[in-house]
Amino acid sequence: MTEDGAAAVAAVAAVAERIEAERDHLTELDSAIGDADHGGNMARGWAAAAEAARDLDDPDTGTVAKTVGKTLMSEVGGASGPLFGGSLVFAAAELDGGVDAETAVAFAETYLEKVEDRGDARVGDQTMVDALTPAVHTFKKSIETDDLPPIEALAKAVDAAERGVAFTVPIRARKGRASYLGWRSVGHQDPGATSTLFILEELLAVAADRLGVDAPETDATSPTIPDEDPDEGASEDD
Amino acid sequence: MVGIVVVSHSERAAEGISEIAAEMAGDTRIEPVGGDGQGGIGTVPDAIEAAIDAAAGGDEGGDAGDLDPVVVLVDLGSAVMNADVAVELSDAEATIADAPVLEGAVNAAVAATDPSATVESVREQAEAARDVDKL
Repeated sequence: MTEDGAAAVAAVAAVAERIEAERDHLTELDSAIGDADHGGNMARGWAAAAEAARDLDDPDTGTVAKTVGKTLMSEVGGASGPLFGGSLVFAAAELDGGVDAETAVAFAETYLEKVEDRGDARVGDQTMVDALTPAVHTFKKSIETDDLPPIEALAKAVDAAERGVAFTVPIRARKGRASYLGWRSVGHQDPGATSTLFILEELLAVAADRLGVDAPETDATSPTIPDEDPDEGASEDD
Repeated sequence: MVGIVVVSHSERAAEGISEIAAEMAGDTRIEPVGGDGQGGIGTVPDAIEAAIDAAAGGDEGGDAGDLDPVVVLVDLGSAVMNADVAVELSDAEATIADAPVLEGAVNAAVAATDPSATVESVREQAEAARDVDKL
């Protein structure tokens, strides 16, 4: 198995384990604004995906991604199946030539674009797009503009996704079942954005583990993401 | 010939709607598809893709060049997304009509019996069902 492929299989296993551990948490978030099936659906889908990835014979990362996407598409159900799975199948083609910083950015951008198109959702609709967009934009900027190593770019992306998840709380849902609640959706954290963050956190943890480094701490020291309270920093300079 | 696929979260709803539309459909192929594949409510992209291929005449032999175009009617939410994925996966030329599933299916069935029917004309007629007044 290629080293990349083995890392991808390990990442899928880690995501499956994390989603299973967070199953009740995700279901609880979904029961507040949806039909309370996100935790169960995602746990079932990722468990099947981990098994399918494990059964592959000497896969490269693109093949792992495609297999996981197809499995999620048929096993997750609801809107999460086509959004998480369908987008992954589509974006996986960007990894056909192998994984490096450039193809990883292309993969991330294609994935985001597909989720936006398929779900007809944009930032501010209280969906997974609110976590995914800052993560993908930050990853791209960190690689292409700041010239950071991919692992640090990924750490910043995770940090950005975390802020995106927090952003879903005080805004009104415009897409998905939560949008039927109108203003009552305000004050709730989006389950799809939350599971997107969990997936990114596991990708980072596995990548750091494979590289034999600690996952970089980026919060509040990131050049792409300002301090939580910029005024405080400014007053120290005075 | 233009084929028709009816997608619903409920397999029985898809079958019932297809049954109603078939009364007006002559020889047109109408394929119902729905359910989560485990007896529950939902939709599965692979099953929708298979229904598109069947409506395109893919079960009757021949290669991809012999496939008829297909208009897909869908009910709600994730069924639309899963149908979208299936349209991308299928070898047939398929398009989703932005129409109410029952009224659109009946309109599409009637339009498909026109000897000069095209995938555009059938989709347009299905989408005209959005403006049907009932009272």
